[in-house]
Parts: sequence; structure tokens; C-alpha cells
Amino acid sequence: MSTATVSMASLGTVGLTCPTPVSTHDRIVLGHGSGGKLSAQLFRERILPHFQNEVLQRQEDGAVVTLGGAQIVLSTDTFVVQPLEFPGGDIGSLAVHGTINDIAMMGARAAHLTVGFVIEEGLPTVVLDRIVRSMAAAARAMNVTIVAGDTKVVERGKGDGLFINTTGIGLLDPAFAPSAHRAAVGDAILLSGAIGRHGMAIMAAREAIGFDTTITSDTAALWPLVELLRSATDGHVHVLRDPTRGGVASALNEIASVSRTGMVLDEPSLPIPGDVMAACEMLGLDPMYVANEGVLVALVPLAYATVALTALRTHPLGVDAARIGHVVAEHPGLVVMKTHVGGTRIVDMLPGDQLPRIC
Amino acid sequence: MKYLSEYRDPALARSLARRIRETATRPWTLMEVCGGQTHTIVRQGIDELLDGAIEMIHGPGCPVCVTPLEQIDRAVHLAGRSDVIFTSFGDMLRVPGSDCDLQQVRARGGAVRIVYSPLDALRIAEQHPDKEVVFFAVGFETTAPANAMAVVEAARRGLRNFSVLVSHVTVPPAMEAILSAPDNRVQGFLAAGHVCTIMGFTEYEPIAARYEVPIVVTGFEPLDILEGMLMVVEQLERGEWRVQNQYVRAVKRDGNEAARRTVHRVFELRDRQWRGIGMIPGSGLAMRPAFAAWDAELKFDLAGIVATEPADCHAGEVLRGLMKPFDCPSFGAMCTPEHPMGAPMVSSEGACAAYYNYGRYRTGSPLAHTGAGLPILGHA
Repeated sequence: MSTATVSMASLGTVGLTCPTPVSTHDRIVLGHGSGGKLSAQLFRERILPHFQNEVLQRQEDGAVVTLGGAQIVLSTDTFVVQPLEFPGGDIGSLAVHGTINDIAMMGARAAHLTVGFVIEEGLPTVVLDRIVRSMAAAARAMNVTIVAGDTKVVERGKGDGLFINTTGIGLLDPAFAPSAHRAAVGDAILLSGAIGRHGMAIMAAREAIGFDTTITSDTAALWPLVELLRSATDGHVHVLRDPTRGGVASALNEIASVSRTGMVLDEPSLPIPGDVMAACEMLGLDPMYVANEGVLVALVPLAYATVALTALRTHPLGVDAARIGHVVAEHPGLVVMKTHVGGTRIVDMLPGDQLPRIC
Repeated sequence: MKYLSEYRDPALARSLARRIRETATRPWTLMEVCGGQTHTIVRQGIDELLDGAIEMIHGPGCPVCVTPLEQIDRAVHLAGRSDVIFTSFGDMLRVPGSDCDLQQVRARGGAVRIVYSPLDALRIAEQHPDKEVVFFAVGFETTAPANAMAVVEAARRGLRNFSVLVSHVTVPPAMEAILSAPDNRVQGFLAAGHVCTIMGFTEYEPIAARYEVPIVVTGFEPLDILEGMLMVVEQLERGEWRVQNQYVRAVKRDGNEAARRTVHRVFELRDRQWRGIGMIPGSGLAMRPAFAAWDAELKFDLAGIVATEPADCHAGEVLRGLMKPFDCPSFGAMCTPEHPMGAPMVSSEGACAAYYNYGRYRTGSPLAHTGAGLPILGHA
């Protein structure tokens, strides 16, 4: 439950927005899975009330539980993506990276994973083989072992080829425990890399968008970047988040909401690759809401901003790292953007999926 | 991004904004026709740069917003049929019909697919000869040529399981409807650049002359819009009412002849209902009888599906520039992007959604104060 994709951090009311009316949806719509307000509402109204406990209420990427004197980080995530194999990765590597990253965002290295497969009748075994091999390679590269698993097969037409769940555990060092609750006025907001690649790569692979693009997914394990940040700042990392579903905008809104701080972003500083920008402009999408799978948001005290950025940039995943804004005391719960032309706008969470515009 | 960042230069934007402030001797009321322009103005905070020098009214140029309720109901009806695959541009899916929207139809098992081009819908029709594939043809003159082309292609390939639910509208009659209304406040227009890439701008010349309003064909990037505003203000200050072209890199006086020919071959002018505004004579495009076999309205006998709009949705006043989104009693309370009552809250180009999403109204928001004195911000 305590994964980034459930967007628990957005459960708190977002500052000054108007009260959202009680959902009139009598059925689940796709927008409930978008990582935006509808996802948060689904969780807040239909799931959270039944599972109330202190750990869940922290609204973090992973849960921290104490077992036998040790503090353990626990996180789970379920992956549904079409196509199963896409430019830059596949559902297997994505499932391994996703849970490693959720645990990394709590400051811990994932040690072990479990995996559950829901396989649709008719899936070519050669495809399954490739995906499992890719999972094994992704886990091996991060020195993570996959220690338990389960397979289920559903009738043709009852699944989308393959769904994968991964659950992971890691050991928390209490001396290093970044948390959305620790965002503080004056913190610099850093992004470890260019945004929008995963979501646009999937969209380009899935949809006939009418133009060719070379965008590849950024799927990657972020633990190496977390280690670099920790040592460069001597542990002074207040918040870590991987802005997956819902993009950077939703992740920052969640942090602002949980920590009751405000944020000011600088639009020209956002690292958006030219091909992602071009595809987004064509389709009328905002890259700030597009999913990433190999980028992290870090909030560090201003004094450590430069060393943190320098450290990120030493790693291949961090070459495009940028400082995109800072945390302020004003407008708690709101994320505000200084625009290209010098105006301002509020960067809110979206209700559901971004919908491509007509013209 | 190449060819875009040039049109977002902050120093040039500030300089154009200063020239507008210096040129305007009174707060002229301008309307930007197109929702794409509304989006840029609100998203980039251009209104703040002007500091109340002019008032912008957001026009009816969001095709999603003005699609009449009964066309949505017809779409919902078709999408719910088990023999139909209903295809549409993405932002039509959340537009509320009388009972539900297309997204909810999909959740109930209806085959609703987002496409990026009507030609994708044609391809789906070829792949599913056992199904009726319907495409929702929505939009202004900008999208009409591609949609007309899809019908021509369907006819050429003899695709009988493809049809189009047409809800096209055209801009000039709407501008005339606004100008001829007794409560009109608009003194100058930014005309929609992309519509003019197809149609050119000769149609606007008699409107400018008859109503004595300057009309400037304007692009969509921040510098385009600021330059278009400056050109309108300069004309107003000189007492002129000409049609000028700011968007010269895309628009020619006669537009795109080949595209217009295709539109004319497939569609003819017809009176059309605009959501929230009402009937505007000669403002819509409908399928010509020669292409009746591809007209979903006839094929599925949809004429019986009629609807009346909810009384507490003030979309019409917003679309006519008589009410700011946040003056609507439903705005932000009964009507939000999650649960829109009217289409302007749905589309990212809709004025209500733009105000809501970019926080142009919130008490306590930093934006609530930056535009002090500026009418479109002054209510926060």
C-alpha cells in the first residue's frame, strides 16, 4: 500500500483548493489510476478508512516498521504497462526499479524483493522469458535478490498480457531518514535528471501519435544517486521522491501538502529534453505531469544545494541534474511556477489523466 | 525547443508588455477568440505583465466547450451500443452529457478509443469490419480539413462501416454573434491563428468594417499574443479598425486553398447550436448529402436525441465574456475539473479550467494579489 503510485501523500487537503465534492463515480474510471486527485480520492475514501494505522498515515513512498529492534522499510508496487516491452526497458526491469526506488526514497537500500506475476493465457513464453531475464539483470545490477514469488494465469481477455507486483524490504539507518514531512523553508528543490521520458516513450510506443520519435524510457534504479547525495551532503537530505505516475507536479504537490510548506519553481530551469518537449507540444500535454521512472526529486538545505548538484552530475543518471526551485513559508500547500515570460501560475494536481488536446 | 523558445523570451515579453501599458490610454476590452490563446495567457501569467492596462475577455474558441449537450448525448448513445467502436480526440471523453460522459461509458463496457487523427479511426474501421466505427468530428476550421479528408478516404476505399458524428463550428459567425449582442463589451479581437492558416483572413475584413473593430490574426506563443495585443491597442488608440496579421509565419491572406476545397467538398454550412450560447445561424458544418452514407447522425437515426442544458451552468455567459469563471456561483464548488458541470471546466483550453488549474482565483494564493486592478484577476 505504501508506494508512490498510490499517492498517499496527496491525501491531506491541498491547502487552499476548494473542497472536492464527494465522488459521484459509481464505477472505477481510468482516471482513478492516474496518480492525480482521483487516485488520491479513491484511496482516501475507499481504502484508507479500512486500514487506518500510524504507519500508513505517514503517507510516504514506503512504510517504516520496527521488527526485532531493526527498522525495516517495506514497499510494494504493481506494474501494468502496454506495450510490455518499450524503448528503454520493459515491464520486468520497471517492476524491479520501481520498488528499489520506493525504498531508496526512504533512504534505504532494497535488499530483497518478492515478485507476483499475473499472466494472461496466450502470452508467448519467449516474451515472458525475456522479461524475467530482464528482471534478473536489473536486480543483479543493484545487488538485490528476488527471494519469493508467485504466478497466476488468467483466461485470455481477462488480463493485459502480464501484470507484475514487486514487494521489497530494506534496512533503515535511522541517521538517514528523508521524509516528505521534513521539507523546510529555504530548502533547494533539485531534480536528478531530465523529465518526461518514460511517459512519452510509452505513449509513443502505444499510440499512433502520427510522428516518429526516438524518446526512450528513463527506467533506472536510483539508489546510486541516493548514496551520492547522502555522502555529498553529510546526510543532510530532507526529502526524496521519485516522481512516477502524475509526474514532478504531483510529487511536489504531495510534499507541499504533507509538510505544509509552499514551493516556488523556475520554469526556464526545468530539464525537459527537446524531443519530450516537442512531443508534448504536439499533443497538448504538460511534461510536469508525465511519468518518470529514473529521476528523483531531492530537497536539501540551501547550503548543500551546490555540493548535492555536483555530486549528482558525476553519475551518468545525474548529468542533467538541475536546481528547479525552493521551499517558502508563504502559500503552504501550493506549488507556484515563475513562468518563462516572468508571470506566475499555480502548478496543481490534475484530477485524472492528461487528455490530449484537439488542436 | 527550437522555434518555440524564441517566442518565449522574457526580456522581449517584458518590453512588449511595457509598450502595451504605455500605448493604452484607457483599459480597452479585447477578446482572444481561441482557447489555445486563453491557455497561454493564463498559464504564462501574461495577464500579470499587463498590470491592468487592458482587459482580456476569453472567447468561445474552445471546440470542446461549445459542442452542444445533445451532441455529447448522441456520442454517449453511440458509444454504448455493442456494435459500435466510438473514436474521439482525448479531451471529449470527460465532457459531461445529460447522464454521463464517454469515460463512464467506457467504464461500463463501451468501446471508446482515443485517437490522434481521424485517419486512425479509418484504420480501426478497416481492422474491424464486423463493427461500426464512428469518429467524433469536433473542432473549428482547423480540424475540419483532416476530418473531411477521412470521409473522402472512406468513400474512396468503400469503407461502409465508418461514419462521422459531425459537430464542427466556424469562427466568423460566432464573432458576429458576440459583436451584435446588445450587451457586447468587446472592442478588439485577437483572431485565432490556426483557424486562419486554413481559412485565411478575408472573411474578417467585412466584420471589422461593419462593427468597426480591429481584428489581429494572432499566434499562440507568449510573444505572439503580446504582439497581437499591442497591434490591436495601437489601432484602437488611432481610431482604426483593420484586419492585421501578426502570425505571418503561418498565415497567408488566402489561407490553404487545397484544405478549404476538401472541407467544401464534404461539408456545407448549417445553423448550429453552441453550448451555452445558443443557435448561431450558418455557424456549423454538416455533411453534404453526397456523403450521407458516412454521416452517423443519419446512419443511426440520432435526430430524436435532444437535450436541454442545466440552468445552473453559466457556461454561456463565460463563453460570451459576460462573466468571469470565478464569478459563476458553481465555480470551484459544484463545478470542478473532477466533476465539471459545463464544458469550459473540462478542456484544458476551457476558460474555467484554465482559471481553476492555474489558480487564478484562490484567496490567499500569491496570484490573487499580483494582478491588483486587473479585471481578470481582481476578484480573488
